[in-house]
Amino acid sequence: MIRLLILLCVLPVALSAQDVRVGSKPFPEGRILGEIVTQHARVTGATVEHEIGLGGTGVIWKALLAGEIDVYVEYTGTLQRECYAVAAPASFDETTELMQADGIVVVAHLGFNNTYALGMKETRAEQLGIKTISDLIQHPDLSFGFSNEFVDRADCWPNLLSRYNLPQTDVSGMQHQLAYEALGAGKIDVTDLYSTDASIEQLELRVLRDDLSAFPEYSAVIIARADFIQRNPKVYAALRQFESAINEEQMVAMNASVVVDKNAESEVARNFLSQLRRAEKGGEAPTAEEIRESGKREISERFDTALQDLPRLTIQHLVMVLLSLIGGLIVAIPLGVVAHRKPRLGQLILGGAGILQTIPSIALLVLLIPLVGIGWWPAVIALFLYSLLPIIRNTHAGLSDIDPSLLESADAMGLGRAARLRLVELPLAGRSILAGVKIAAVINVGTATLGGFIGAGGYGEAIFAGISRQDNVQILSGAIPAAMLALLLQGVFELSERMIIPRGLRLQGE
Amino acid sequence: MLSTQQVSKRYGDALALDAISVEPPGGKTTVLIGPSGCGKSTLLRAFIHLIPVDDGFVRFGGDVVSAANALEIRRRVGYVLQTGGLFPHMTVRRNVTLMWDHLREPDPTDRLQYLCSLVHLEPTLLERFPAELSGGQRQRIGLMRALMLDPPVLLLDEPLGALDPLVRAELQQDLREIFRKLNKTVVLVTHDLAEAAYFADHVVLMRQGKLEQEGPFRDLLDRPATDFVGQFVTAQRELHRTEADQ
Repeated sequence: MIRLLILLCVLPVALSAQDVRVGSKPFPEGRILGEIVTQHARVTGATVEHEIGLGGTGVIWKALLAGEIDVYVEYTGTLQRECYAVAAPASFDETTELMQADGIVVVAHLGFNNTYALGMKETRAEQLGIKTISDLIQHPDLSFGFSNEFVDRADCWPNLLSRYNLPQTDVSGMQHQLAYEALGAGKIDVTDLYSTDASIEQLELRVLRDDLSAFPEYSAVIIARADFIQRNPKVYAALRQFESAINEEQMVAMNASVVVDKNAESEVARNFLSQLRRAEKGGEAPTAEEIRESGKREISERFDTALQDLPRLTIQHLVMVLLSLIGGLIVAIPLGVVAHRKPRLGQLILGGAGILQTIPSIALLVLLIPLVGIGWWPAVIALFLYSLLPIIRNTHAGLSDIDPSLLESADAMGLGRAARLRLVELPLAGRSILAGVKIAAVINVGTATLGGFIGAGGYGEAIFAGISRQDNVQILSGAIPAAMLALLLQGVFELSERMIIPRGLRLQGE
Repeated sequence: MLSTQQVSKRYGDALALDAISVEPPGGKTTVLIGPSGCGKSTLLRAFIHLIPVDDGFVRFGGDVVSAANALEIRRRVGYVLQTGGLFPHMTVRRNVTLMWDHLREPDPTDRLQYLCSLVHLEPTLLERFPAELSGGQRQRIGLMRALMLDPPVLLLDEPLGALDPLVRAELQQDLREIFRKLNKTVVLVTHDLAEAAYFADHVVLMRQGKLEQEGPFRDLLDRPATDFVGQFVTAQRELHRTEADQ
């Protein structure tokens, strides 16, 4: 058992010895582009690893700076406004200079701009003759329904309103999915979207041209570490070929192939790359129809894929939970003992563990990136930190609750402190300690799903991928096993209580 | 074997022990008695350093008892608590042999057998847990545990205090018999005068941390050293007489 654990610990480390490590953001477009970069880099003969779905800009950008990954696809607006929010560069050129100082270079502009946009039903827009945002000025009666974020962000609706002087008064904020439904039902006429949104195809929308350039530019760029480029000139040359290789229409079609048709990102990327190569040999660039020609994937097929992933995800998840828990036991029980013996130090220990617990899990994972990087180990470390408080607190409480006459009895016999702890105190506190471990285990099963954000694998990978693809089969393929694992662990602990807690103590409890 | 010299113990402003000097006679049974809060239990604990004293000396054999030799001395003293102090997570056998095993003594079977017959305990009860036993049985086991290493000194803190009257009377008889048979230096704490009279070769009467009078029980009755001694002795006798009349 222990050997198996050690093997499983070493495995992820051993596997990460790769030439190229590609990262991708946790939504379909991010993953498709990550797959395109990964598969194309492999053509050069390099061994490439794809860290799929690193949660959010904070995580993936830090991972690139820390050298945990070598290359990923980012958006110019995000780099300028989020990654360098503090320095606040005025243009993307200035941003590029800041990036160079950090050892990051822009490899290629992919050729499409995934910015905010306004969309209308194609039929309605055609009927009213609306092609650009300026055209909206002629139709003051149209009703607008925007996502809440769009209404609030300074560079979105307020900016648009002042730039175009739009006359409409019927403007409401709502949840994005509801806005799409309202648009479909004809309750609103215009909503906000991303310009490569899969719903453009799905709902047959017309994207209104931003003729006064009110929206900031979010051009997709491949960015990489400078030291990586020096080491891998072939890969660099290969990635350079993506300069202006993908337009908005193609990106929308690829997104729709994932979100609407439920195809795997890797499959969509493979098809697109082969179509691109054909085009290089003199053919036409792939059209939206060609990109989506593979059609909708059947539910049974999606179910099979999910099932194939299950053993790997289960092992990753379980080992993550167990390893962090074992670490928690080794550290937290002695800390609980110290906290009990030295009340002042105890305040500090319990307080410290309490503060650790209040750090939101996502924030903790991000904080850990500069220290331990991304992937499986950082998730284990985060879970380990989370398991400390319940175990320390219950150890402390269990020891404090022991009947003082039993301690006196142990002292009067002439048991030393260590022997008293081992033979009397810990066994008597055993039930409380075990309850703490049980809490930690069940919490860890749930929290471990957040490992999906930093490429740690486990059930979270399926859940988050499923959420971003709007694929319920995949969400459930992660959520149901996670719930079952929590129940299973609970059951195992209840059984082990019967074995670990002496019968004498259980009698007392009855 | 056991003695104190001008021993004092202070809790804040209160003196729990006020310059107490006693020497329980060897091989005899000494009873510490007095109203609650008089310091009798504190004195018992001070003998084996469960409560360190502020002033004066406690001696065991020839040695001054201190933190340094407390463990070793405690292993040569049997100690019985009012509640028995048995560990609920261990079987009776394990409770009794805990120190024996800890000190890596040889096979305890003969010793266990002897002690079972001494304290009148059914040997089958050895495999039970304390929660499965009656209060009287638990005190018998507490005594077995205290005697396991065959210590020269036996300390008992209100050993019968938590028992109902019938069990108490039976155990009282057995205890006295055992004390007589073993010839150990026994110090027993009680607040019950009749119990003191029943057990004591030597009585130590305390009040507010001070020693009021010590000697054979008859001395306290016939020649009380202070008014308090006289009151204490008669008050309790009155009480018993009233009980008997009803």
